Amino acid sequence: MTLILTLASRNLFHDRVRLVATVVGIVFSIVLVTVQLGVFLSFERMVTTMIDHAQADFWIVPAETKSFEGSSLLAGRERLQALSVNGVTAAIPVVVGYASWRKPNGGASTPVFVVGTPEATAGLQPWNLVEGSLRDLGVPDGVAIDQSYFDELGIAQIGERAEIDNQKARVVAVTKGIRSFTTMPDVFTSIERARTYLGVPPDEANYFIVRVAPNGDAAAVRGQLAGRLSDAEVLTPEQFRRRTRQFWLFDTGAGAALLGSAILGIIVGTIIVAQTLYSSTKDHLKEFATLRAIGSSRTYILKVILSQAFISAVIGFSIAACIDLTLVKFTADAALSIIMTPGLTLGLFVLTVVMCAIAAISAIRVVTRIDPVLVFAQ
Amino acid sequence: MTTTMVMATDIVKVLGEGAGRVEALKSINLSLAGGELTLLMGPSGCGKTTLLSVLGCMLSPTTGTVEIRGRSTTGLDAEELAEVRRNHVGFVFQSYHLFPTLTAAENVRLALDVRGDHSPLSRVKAEKALATVGLSHKANAFPRGLSGGEQQRVAIARAIVGDASVILADEPTAALDSENGLAVMTVLAEIAKNPARALFIVTHDPRIISFADRILRIEDGRIVSDQRGGRIGAVRSLKYAS
Repeated sequence: MTLILTLASRNLFHDRVRLVATVVGIVFSIVLVTVQLGVFLSFERMVTTMIDHAQADFWIVPAETKSFEGSSLLAGRERLQALSVNGVTAAIPVVVGYASWRKPNGGASTPVFVVGTPEATAGLQPWNLVEGSLRDLGVPDGVAIDQSYFDELGIAQIGERAEIDNQKARVVAVTKGIRSFTTMPDVFTSIERARTYLGVPPDEANYFIVRVAPNGDAAAVRGQLAGRLSDAEVLTPEQFRRRTRQFWLFDTGAGAALLGSAILGIIVGTIIVAQTLYSSTKDHLKEFATLRAIGSSRTYILKVILSQAFISAVIGFSIAACIDLTLVKFTADAALSIIMTPGLTLGLFVLTVVMCAIAAISAIRVVTRIDPVLVFAQ
Repeated sequence: MTTTMVMATDIVKVLGEGAGRVEALKSINLSLAGGELTLLMGPSGCGKTTLLSVLGCMLSPTTGTVEIRGRSTTGLDAEELAEVRRNHVGFVFQSYHLFPTLTAAENVRLALDVRGDHSPLSRVKAEKALATVGLSHKANAFPRGLSGGEQQRVAIARAIVGDASVILADEPTAALDSENGLAVMTVLAEIAKNPARALFIVTHDPRIISFADRILRIEDGRIVSDQRGGRIGAVRSLKYAS
């Protein structure tokens, strides 16, 4: 086995203080990047969670809708136009909007996001029900909320009453794990109650979920539908997801801020590792000159330095990964959790190695210019 | 019959530019034969180390040619010169230049490793080289655990492990006391008996004259005397003493 790895690792461990500085730099950088990218991934998933859980072949949305949460109203004729297209089996209205929740025991109001669909039709209904049933949403004033928002909404148990925009509401169903990426809890209710809470006229809706017969030609249906609608668009779920992500992640600047912080982490990490590798190389300059004097190629010396960078990367990444997993565990129930996927983990490892390799450039520049005659200097 | 290992012809080496320009070597002609221990002596700043660097393919001459085992080094780039060094030249330095994080055996094996020889046989070769310098028992010791003389003998083992055609030593005994200096020179003299290897030592140390087959004296970049044969051999029996 070649001595390159032996030399690289022993050089690294020989100077423990510098190794610690290198590893701390890598760990700081990778943890920061992981947190930012993990939150980004989480955010990316959460902003489309309603679209993901809707049973839709297409969405009819008002023209120029930017996201699920922010749309104007459709007049309602779109539903009839959709149903008149051959192959369409359902056009389910969805009403969404912001309202004010007043806790049962009074106190300050809390803003909520109301989602209303016909409770008896599979369109966009609450999921992960742990108490109550979808049918219960049909009772007067019935709403479903997530158990994680009980404290925020002043609710202790199912059956309690509150007010939404000064109108009665009663918790008849409880979900688990439906967290909003905003600070506003989601409140599911029937389409009629949602219209009442939000002041939406009958027949009007923000969206219509279109369902196509199992043997229907979805593309043809979509084409016909789009041709008949004037002030609305027909989007596939994927298109709607992309548009919503684009709005929340980039148009608002939230995603860009997360990515910017991640890039900053990479830059800081690279600089720290570059500095320590550079000073380490400077300290071992005579050894590299000796290597050159005894005939080693530049490639051999580059391999030694890159091996040092790689070993640093592996150590730093391993420690960072442990910290990251702890963070993932601790934030699992938070409104905006940190998500670690196998792909992200692999990507971060590659990023760490690349970061350390880039950091080695300054050290490499020093050794490629090294003069073997240096060995004669006393 | 001896074989010429190194041949230097009309070597001129200019260092620096403008006002700092110095002609460090002036028309040096020199050949080093296998089985011969040659000393290069002269005052400080006379060009000894520059000549060593040129013969060792670390510096290219301004004019003139250097041939190592018949191969001209003229026009070779830095990588090609490094290849000549790793295949034909072994170095012994005044400050040993061992790698502090590697054991004695690993330091020796490094000379083979840079050649791309990572085979199990390379370990055997390193052990053999250490045995040649009498340090088999120190194979796993790190340089900090070795005396100066032992470190220099490890450096000699590193120089010979690859069967170099020429061993170039720069003041190998300067940092050593008499006892260690004697031990190192005894090893070098033994190594010099190999007809496939020339030994060239730059030194200020008059104590080692008795080991030489040939003594070159250099002054102001010129070789001013070339002594060889019986007269030096006559003093070989003299005790190495300060």
